[in-house]
Amino acid sequence: MKVDQPLHRALGLTDGELGRIRATLGRDPNRTELAMFAAMWSEHCSYKSSKVHLRTLPTEGPQVLVGPGQDAGAVDIGESLAAVFKMESHSHPSAVEPYQGAATGVGGIVRDIVSMGARPVALLDALRFGPLIEERNRVLFTGVVAGIGGYGNCIGVPTVGGEIRFAEPHSANPTVNVMCVGVAPADRLMTGNEVRVGSMLLLIGAATGRDGIGGVSVLASRTIEDQAGDARPSVQIGDPFAGKLLIETCLELVEGGLLLGLQDLGGAGLTCAASETAARAGLGVELDLDAVPLREAGLEPFEILTSESQERMLAVVDPSRLDEAQGVCEKWGLTSAVVGTLVDGGRLVVRVGGAVVADVPARSLVDEGPVYERRIERPAGRHEILEDDPTFAPVDTDPRDAFLAVLSSPNVASKRWAFEQYDQLVQGSTVAPPGIDAAVIRIEGTLRALALSCDGNGRFGHLDPYLGAAHAVAEAARNVAVMGATPLAITNCMNFGNPERPAVMWEFAESIRGMGDACRRLGTPVTGGNVSFYNESGASAIWPTPIVGMLGLIEDYRLLVRPGFPGPGFLVYLLGETFPELGGSEFAQVVLRSVSGHPPALDLAREASLHQMLVEAARGDLLASAHDCSDGGLAVALAESAFAGDTGFAVSLPGDEPWYVALFSESASRAVVSVAPEKAESVEALASAHHVPLSRLGETGGPGMVFDSLLETTVEKARSAYEGAIPKLLAG
Amino acid sequence: MSAGTPRVGVVTFPGSLDDRDALRAAALMGGDGVPLWHADRDLRGVDAVILPGGFSYGDYLRTGALARFAPIMDEIRAFADRGGPVVGICNGFQILCEAGLLPGALIRNRQLRFVCRFVDVRVETSLSPLTEGLVPGEVLRIPVKHGEGQFTAPPHDLARIEGEALVTFRYCGPGGELDDEYNVNGSADSIAGIRNPQGNVTGLMPHPEHAVDPDVGSTGGQPLFASLLAYALARV
Repeated sequence: MKVDQPLHRALGLTDGELGRIRATLGRDPNRTELAMFAAMWSEHCSYKSSKVHLRTLPTEGPQVLVGPGQDAGAVDIGESLAAVFKMESHSHPSAVEPYQGAATGVGGIVRDIVSMGARPVALLDALRFGPLIEERNRVLFTGVVAGIGGYGNCIGVPTVGGEIRFAEPHSANPTVNVMCVGVAPADRLMTGNEVRVGSMLLLIGAATGRDGIGGVSVLASRTIEDQAGDARPSVQIGDPFAGKLLIETCLELVEGGLLLGLQDLGGAGLTCAASETAARAGLGVELDLDAVPLREAGLEPFEILTSESQERMLAVVDPSRLDEAQGVCEKWGLTSAVVGTLVDGGRLVVRVGGAVVADVPARSLVDEGPVYERRIERPAGRHEILEDDPTFAPVDTDPRDAFLAVLSSPNVASKRWAFEQYDQLVQGSTVAPPGIDAAVIRIEGTLRALALSCDGNGRFGHLDPYLGAAHAVAEAARNVAVMGATPLAITNCMNFGNPERPAVMWEFAESIRGMGDACRRLGTPVTGGNVSFYNESGASAIWPTPIVGMLGLIEDYRLLVRPGFPGPGFLVYLLGETFPELGGSEFAQVVLRSVSGHPPALDLAREASLHQMLVEAARGDLLASAHDCSDGGLAVALAESAFAGDTGFAVSLPGDEPWYVALFSESASRAVVSVAPEKAESVEALASAHHVPLSRLGETGGPGMVFDSLLETTVEKARSAYEGAIPKLLAG
Repeated sequence: MSAGTPRVGVVTFPGSLDDRDALRAAALMGGDGVPLWHADRDLRGVDAVILPGGFSYGDYLRTGALARFAPIMDEIRAFADRGGPVVGICNGFQILCEAGLLPGALIRNRQLRFVCRFVDVRVETSLSPLTEGLVPGEVLRIPVKHGEGQFTAPPHDLARIEGEALVTFRYCGPGGELDDEYNVNGSADSIAGIRNPQGNVTGLMPHPEHAVDPDVGSTGGQPLFASLLAYALARV
């Protein structure tokens, strides 16, 4: 950070924003106030560049209990229960310090769920790195995976899934998005509605230190450039043991009815938690910094106010329940301290030694930050990229070589190396573990289950941001539908470059438009999420990376459909149709070395029909297996079904397309299913009733994977390519 | 307390994670799950004790190194001395080793990474609370999930463990065969679990409590819980 510039600029505020603060206060802000505004008006906290676009997303539906604006969204999952879920990015800290960056990402998102009064039941991660052939990318990948496991495994929340992809634009800027899902009685969600004058603010958990100061303004709201070393003190350090105690303490407080509100201390620390609590209640707050337990003496007020020290929560307690609440904290060995009181008047007043060090309207920090309509400009050269479509390029590769090459491409290949480092089983609810279409978590005491999936295809987004985002929603919904779950709602994480560049803003706006259209048509509103800008170094930004975290509901998990072929003698069908669409496909990248052309078209009506058919088929117990057909096309979908069930197949390819189109086109709205012969008629009738095209490909059975006379290999051979690819790359 | 329902206590230390799972498994298999708290000096009259998996006290020192000083550990030691069945699972196994109730130690996995996977383990003896009704050689499918599960002991201790047949489980292949490829964490002699010479205290790295419900994985833990309940009942 340069020191020869005015303080507000060093803190990441523009001259215009400083003017706005002056106008709000009617005077110059002091140093402490300036730091508070800098944190709260940072891109990370204020969404100042994205707000105008985010407003266009659909956020309502009969299933939505809590929409955007709270710590996490919540949807109705029946039996008076709510599923609470949210996704957040921790990419910038992870680029600087992969283990702690990822670990604190997990800690932060878990506290967001807890602050709604819900018990966290599942974690998922969407990760993007540069190619593993480069050592630095291997360091980032192994560090992030270890960090996710290091925190998640210690707090007793299973990590059940997610997805990992590799692409050159993520070399300098890895993407680390963490999603957490919790469950709570619907009538017990902590939305802060009961906070009133006289309520006390109880700070629970770790002592406050100097770590993570400027996390939101320095790290998350700027490009990293080559300052990684300088930025390291802005990365927080996680203590998962304290995190676990905090979860249990908060849930015991909530279950005991001892709280009026609960806030996570994450980005912008105490400033954010206190001002949001006050602003939501339309009240003010008096904060006494002398009461804040500190890790070391001599912290300045602005440091205490914006520190992002981990494992802290701010509870709102009625004075009559204070002793009881502090007793619970003591039982779990956690420090708690009353640091403030809710007051009339709407001002956030901060005192040290009795003297006022900051006095600002609470709302001005939370709701009155700047909102920018950034300039949008479709970048030049897009026409050329789209017209250079690989679909009709000459292919002289041997089909079997191409098949094994696609299976061992790190994007497609098994991610077992990573998933095995996560505790997938704790809490005893993991009905379907990571590595398949969606993870499935049953809800204790019911037959219901949640199906969870993260998706986002970087190449599609790069070629066409609108379609890329729409595909992300469609694929995430398809992933839960193939398992028999009704897609209910999404959370998102929008990962982009510098929003001050009109070309990046164009990508962002297009992505939001695509996501909105898909969510509206598929009936899955957005209940919250996160925007991560400034993911770029020099002039090179990451690909537009909108990640969708989908939540689906299964009413009876015993009817869940798995992707594996269950044994010999089942009929194999392709649902949906394959078109000559190789633009942005795995085959095009791996075999043709091309990332260009048009991504597959997406007909959302067809997509919705497919989902309805799949869910109905699951309810009727008609399918022996079902698997989404996307990355790597039909060939990979069949192979993964064979691996998962340890059963081979013999099929003929449908249609008149060339073999590489039939095998590897990534046309949307497709699934591979297997069906017991006696149920074939019912499945065909159901497909026809839903206008879902269906082709019978062949049968399951045997140790081989046989595609007509075109290519043949064994499950074992293909599996070793699929399983071995990532360990081999990591071995250097 | 009904005469036919053994009470299985499960201790919650700060940082225990699989405590609820162990309670649920005990109940599912026909026992009464009784939560126990690390700071209490009271076993609430239970007939068996399980030290569950997790990261007690964060395991920032050595795994299990702090938990052995918890007030409830004095009661558990006395309970074990009286012949009461005590089972340590994963972190619980580490605690039993640290507390000196079992020989040996658990160190970081050979591959230096956490591993969560369903593995096959071979029953080596019927002389433990978890295996009393089982036939040595039987193979059970049970998940492991740990970063520090590599069993080790000084050569003379290891010789004694083997000599006195204190090994209760070994990592093996699907047919019970021993091979380095099945040794999931590099443990000495593929050891997955051991017992004390008296046969009433046993520890293992695999998680039988995550293998009792066919809807969420395997059923390899069922015979172990059945054995524990029968063992406890026989001594009530």
